Amino acid sequence: MAGLGFACLLLALGVCLYGIGASLYGVRSGRVEFSESGRRAVYALAGILTVAFAVLEVAFLRNDFTFNTVADTSSRTTPAFYRAAAVWSSQEGSLLLWAWLLSLWSSLALFLTRRRMRDVAAYATAILLGLGGFFVALMVFYANPFATTRPAPAEGVGLDPLLRFPTMMIHPPMLYSGYTLCTIPLAFGMGALLARRVDADWIKAIRRFSFAAWLFLGAGILLGARWSYSELGWGGYWGWDAVENASLMPWLTGTAFLHSLMIQEKRGMLKVWNVSLVLATGTLAVMGTFLVRSGILNSIHAFGGATLGVPFVVLIGTLIAGSIYLVVSRREMLRSSHRLDSLLSRESIFIANNLVLVGLCFVIFWGTYFPLISEALTGQEASVGPPWFDRYTVPLALVLVLLSGVGPVIAWRRATLANARRNFLVPVLCALATFAVLVLAGVHGKPLALAMFCCAAFVFGSIAQEFVRGTRARMAIAGEPAPAALFGLIRRNRRRYGGYVVHVGIAVLFVGVAASSSFQHASELSLSPDQSTRVGAYTVRYVRPTATITPRYDEAHTGSTLALGAQLEVTKGGRYVATLNPSEGFYASQDASQGTVGSLIGGQPVSHVAINAGITRDVWSAIAPDIEAPLLQRIVKVGNSTLSSEEALVAIGYLARAYLRSPPPAQFHFIVSPLVMWIWIGGLIVFGGGLIAIWPAPSTVRRRAAARARARAVRGLARV
Amino acid sequence: MNPARKRTVRLVVALTAAVVLASALIYTSFSAASPALSPSQLVRQAQPGRSYQVTGTVTAGSVRRTGEVLHFSVEDRAGGTVIPLSYTGTVPDPFHQGREVIVTVQKQGSSYVGERNSLITKCPSKYKTAPAGENQNS
Repeated sequence: MAGLGFACLLLALGVCLYGIGASLYGVRSGRVEFSESGRRAVYALAGILTVAFAVLEVAFLRNDFTFNTVADTSSRTTPAFYRAAAVWSSQEGSLLLWAWLLSLWSSLALFLTRRRMRDVAAYATAILLGLGGFFVALMVFYANPFATTRPAPAEGVGLDPLLRFPTMMIHPPMLYSGYTLCTIPLAFGMGALLARRVDADWIKAIRRFSFAAWLFLGAGILLGARWSYSELGWGGYWGWDAVENASLMPWLTGTAFLHSLMIQEKRGMLKVWNVSLVLATGTLAVMGTFLVRSGILNSIHAFGGATLGVPFVVLIGTLIAGSIYLVVSRREMLRSSHRLDSLLSRESIFIANNLVLVGLCFVIFWGTYFPLISEALTGQEASVGPPWFDRYTVPLALVLVLLSGVGPVIAWRRATLANARRNFLVPVLCALATFAVLVLAGVHGKPLALAMFCCAAFVFGSIAQEFVRGTRARMAIAGEPAPAALFGLIRRNRRRYGGYVVHVGIAVLFVGVAASSSFQHASELSLSPDQSTRVGAYTVRYVRPTATITPRYDEAHTGSTLALGAQLEVTKGGRYVATLNPSEGFYASQDASQGTVGSLIGGQPVSHVAINAGITRDVWSAIAPDIEAPLLQRIVKVGNSTLSSEEALVAIGYLARAYLRSPPPAQFHFIVSPLVMWIWIGGLIVFGGGLIAIWPAPSTVRRRAAARARARAVRGLARV
Repeated sequence: MNPARKRTVRLVVALTAAVVLASALIYTSFSAASPALSPSQLVRQAQPGRSYQVTGTVTAGSVRRTGEVLHFSVEDRAGGTVIPLSYTGTVPDPFHQGREVIVTVQKQGSSYVGERNSLITKCPSKYKTAPAGENQNS
């Protein structure tokens, strides 16, 4: 099996090299059959890497520990659900996932453009195969996912317990889909510059892929935030960690591109800016991948080892140098056909929105890479923390949300005072009413949060007004009832109204972020049974200890040997609110020096957070039981010296019973966060809006169906 | 004002604003940054009242808790210099003796006090467990 997998990698490398040569020869010599062959090489690459990925997936599911990656990141005690996801938890497996997803998305993009822009597509094919070949070469020469050891170990190390969380199954594929989709606009952008075809055609061809990249990347980021909140025992969803930042940067430049491309489509402006954004987004996506694998920055996410740093630096350097050369050498072709008519226009707002997004990206880039910058400039590595990031990103986010309400209602080319008054009256009233209500309700002391709520209200007002006006217009023209008119409005203008829904989602998400970060109550303390504490308006009482043993009884199905926790009662003003059961799971380790009993619980301990989620607030709790307590350690010691590995679980049973009878004080972490659920709801709204916007409009579907019918008719006539 | 001149003025204003903002960003990043040091470097360079980001391995047998305060020591990767730390705040799940951690500290007397919630566990084994004895360095 491993031989088949590695043979696939070698074959894939050969296919990449052939495809690059064929595409370039085809486009340079004008021989279309070679360009076509290059395109088919991408399909072949997708097929070969699918086989390779399947081989590795089967090895994980069958616990084939001859594969080093399986032995390092999986085990028999890892539940099957998580064994399937463990494929991409290793450096090698994640590289294979990257290359495989790249080949799939590239195949789709090249298939959909097979009859358009043949010269641009040929260059894009070569670039995509170049990227695919790079990742395949990394696996062949540096990080082989099919490396084996014989004889195989009897048991594997197991998937890190922190990753045993449902959204972790889909977070990496989502993120990697986003990253790989970002490279498709990059390839077509470079192809357009190389072919000197810089009209709006290439932008139209990749628009949907840019949107898909944005959507997948956004979903991946949000799933990561959700995992952080629900699984890591700190109760936060964003920590300005280097790897989090790395995924946010291409999302920000991608967002800027999705707005500015409309200006190029409608007005023929911002060509240099657009192509630069596309190239920057693709390069930032590769940099994000590099950051996780190079080990150059401190991150809780980074993979071990730093062997892949140099090849990635070479790739990124090539992408940056190539991008700059192409944009500079083609600058005459990229001149705008129109100029900005007025600063009070939708174009200006889009440009302002682009500047804010790129500014945000620059701030995050600077802060993320500051340790390297500082070391290069001063010889001393230094880093900036979350307060530094917040200082810049919070005001920029406020401006961004405000602009997302202004953009939809301001006129193209030039807004007059009269139409500005007509369009902004409702949104401004919404913002002012929100301010008044919040101040009267006693919400003060957090001006930035208050400003965010008002900006969000402005957005809701402006978008609602657009929907109401559009629906009324359809009702008047088509005589439809309101629901049908609204449905028809969205159906016929999916991109526009889907975009508006996205704006609403973003505003909702920021309301959640502002409220949960500004008005949070937190408490960390040690409690014994029957003791209680106050967290904000809530009282939390430690009712009794809990203990579960063996994976069979593991409620979270994560494979922990032992989970020690607590039953907590949450009340507010004397009224019962909820019962929470946080626990900490203790997992087996492969370290025999811990003894027969100690090794059953000596692995990575992981918090099983308990949350009482609500639309107005979340009550979040985590526990760190004192497993080092003398009573519990005595049982482990005695068990180690008297029990064999087959009998060791008996001692775990004693340990659990001792913990239930005489629980040592446990360390608790409680957080009451208002409106945190709206972050996830906002994310779902964004995702829904994105799907509406990305779905082909009825006219496009009809046009494609008609084109297919015409093609069939032509083929039929040719046969006659 | 003619359109060409208007465009030039806009460009100059925009570039000036960009330069001012970028300068503020660069200045504040250097003034707000915490130098990243190993325990041995910290012992040599630390000045009271200033924040440092120390990266080291949690010394075996050094972890104990007094109420809300976590006491532990960190040492250089290669061993040698050991510094005692007291820390309050969230303790990440992977925190364990022998693990590499990053924590922002200030010198107070002969010991070091960690800033609240600044403890990060440097954990490549989140994705891949290094073989026994190998240094787990991301």
